[in-house]
Amino acid sequence: MNPEELHDIAVKRREQQAQFENRIVVCTGTACHASQSEQIIDRLNTEIKGRGLTKRCAISAGGCRGLCAAGPMVTVEPEHILYQGVKPDDAEPILASLNEAPVERLRCDTDAPFFARQKRVVLEYNGMLDPEEIEDYIAAGGFATFINTLTQMQPSNVIEVVRRSGLGGRGGAGYSTGLKWATVAKAAGRHKFIICNGDEGDPGAFMDRSVMEDYPYRVIEGILIAAYGIGADEGFIYVRAEYPLAVKRLRHALRQAEKYGLLGNDLCGTNFSLKLDVRLGAGAFVCGEETALMASIEGKRGTPRPRPPYPAESGLWGFPTLINNVETFANVVPILREGSEWFASIGTERSKGTKVFALSGQIKHTGLIEVPMGITLREIIFEIGGGIPGGKRFKAVQTGGPSGGCIPEQHLDIPVDYASLAQVGSIMGSGGMIVMDETSCMVDVAKYFMEFCMTESCGKCIPCRVGTAQMYRLLDKITRGEGTLDDLTLLEDLCDMVQHTSLCGLGQAAPNPVKSTLRYFRDEYLAHIVDKTCPAGVCTLHREAVSL
Amino acid sequence: MQAAMSVVTAPPSEDKRWRIIQTTMRRQGYSPHALIETLHSVQAAFGYLDEASLHYVAQSLHIPLSRVYGVATFYNLFTLKPQGAHSCVVCLGTACYIKGGQQILAALEQATGIHRGETTPDKQVSLVVARCLGTCGLAPAVIFDEEITGQVLPDEAARRVKEWLAYES
Repeated sequence: MNPEELHDIAVKRREQQAQFENRIVVCTGTACHASQSEQIIDRLNTEIKGRGLTKRCAISAGGCRGLCAAGPMVTVEPEHILYQGVKPDDAEPILASLNEAPVERLRCDTDAPFFARQKRVVLEYNGMLDPEEIEDYIAAGGFATFINTLTQMQPSNVIEVVRRSGLGGRGGAGYSTGLKWATVAKAAGRHKFIICNGDEGDPGAFMDRSVMEDYPYRVIEGILIAAYGIGADEGFIYVRAEYPLAVKRLRHALRQAEKYGLLGNDLCGTNFSLKLDVRLGAGAFVCGEETALMASIEGKRGTPRPRPPYPAESGLWGFPTLINNVETFANVVPILREGSEWFASIGTERSKGTKVFALSGQIKHTGLIEVPMGITLREIIFEIGGGIPGGKRFKAVQTGGPSGGCIPEQHLDIPVDYASLAQVGSIMGSGGMIVMDETSCMVDVAKYFMEFCMTESCGKCIPCRVGTAQMYRLLDKITRGEGTLDDLTLLEDLCDMVQHTSLCGLGQAAPNPVKSTLRYFRDEYLAHIVDKTCPAGVCTLHREAVSL
Repeated sequence: MQAAMSVVTAPPSEDKRWRIIQTTMRRQGYSPHALIETLHSVQAAFGYLDEASLHYVAQSLHIPLSRVYGVATFYNLFTLKPQGAHSCVVCLGTACYIKGGQQILAALEQATGIHRGETTPDKQVSLVVARCLGTCGLAPAVIFDEEITGQVLPDEAARRVKEWLAYES
């Protein structure tokens, strides 16, 4: 593949697309898929045949538009008319409306804050590309950035551009991506690995699933650029097995990229080669931790090991290894294409760019959003998310999954960036954002996350294995109305102990949901312990239990 | 090493499905790191990992049986018990949990008379709990035989499972 060949493919596909007056794109992401989007495509195809429109109107599969709760979503191009809650029977009125007034009852207002307040960098294609057609991606400019980078830039310059952009790791910690790349690039050895972490285990997070499902080529292009920058020649995309559609599309995308000479040996006439493969997880949350993930790729139990040595020096099978998250890789292409200054102009002083969040729980507009760093939680929840349904009151927003915390009303005006979230006792995490209203009991939520960490603890280090179980038992006791004030003190002691002495991030962060709920909702704990009542009415308490 | 590579262990039975598993292992050169992929392959073909298959995989990939067993029991998705004809996976991710996933599970446990992770005695229904299916927009979600269903109500879930039980008996 050389730049001219790539250009020819793009031109050819654009010409094919231009033959059609209209293009109807149906979201086929997991959520819309579950709401019959395949049947809609079938019906549209049958209907266009019946109406003799096959030469005028193209039907294609697309990706997520973000508003998952209102799915299936259907877009009519070139007018950008968005329809929501479409049923297979709506195929007829939609086709009848082409060149006429849109079907008002299905219309979704794209000027609404949900769409207007977003800033799309990672999701820049808005779900308009067919996830299984590499030519669609190439026609939209795909792989041109990689080929330009490969043929015109030195690896060290690639790293420098990424470093200056200020991109931080989107897996949650926010460590400078450029610095991480530079460390791996400097590591000695001719054989280096690159790993894309798609083990999105946080319950309530589905950003990476969506990116892998909708833009597999974009992720692959980001990996290619990174591999060139650090000098890796072999890599893996590690995906959790719970995401069958993402696995299928990534495998398909890899085969297509190989076919076009975008993966393999001596790419574009240079001596850069990359072999890339998909590896499946098997349902272990701890495998999101980098050293556990590498053990899993090596075919072992996913248990972490102490760092240092960091994967940059000694990773997969002892070779220098770069591990980045899916969203981090998806940011690489626009950074190289538009330049580091452009990227650094988005976001705040310390946190650059955008972040994709999965908005769910007790919120009107459940779905996937991308916002610039620095936006406030209030704007996300009440403007983009549409607030709490059913006239209920907001109680807390949980960010960062089992490693994060619950943020109450009084902190909703903090800007969303790595430091501010940490200050209020939570973390950015990978991007799950679960909104809770007055019907959620915060002690029960803390117990839920502790049960999760207890079950997912790999068992290698004692503080995590035993500590999470102890904390879970105390929380369970409190929610049953059998807790005492001494138990609360013990719980707080255990939080500190587990946080400071666990081997990996799972254990170190496991106390976070407890700590943050104790910090902001201590009255709910006390209500369970002293008054033997659950203010939210969630827990069943044994009132007759001996108190104090 | 070369001698070991050349000896390919015979599968436990004549069943043609073993060919798929052999292909998976061959593609990765019968290397020990193919273990997880191979176990996925066995489970996809047979529905679970029985003792004979663990022995076979261990011998083929030249790994101690203890390590194969360790890996098979470490990861939640692998199961050593045969599964029912139908499966019902209840999502208990955070979004589903706060929207009532727990009540769905309770209704299903009552309807089937089994607990999470178990299979009904007539081998009809397996009740499984998932950590998060990543379809939080559909919360609370349940997978009935591979089909993801959103906004499920406890009664509705119980009814669907009872249909399976009634139909088969």
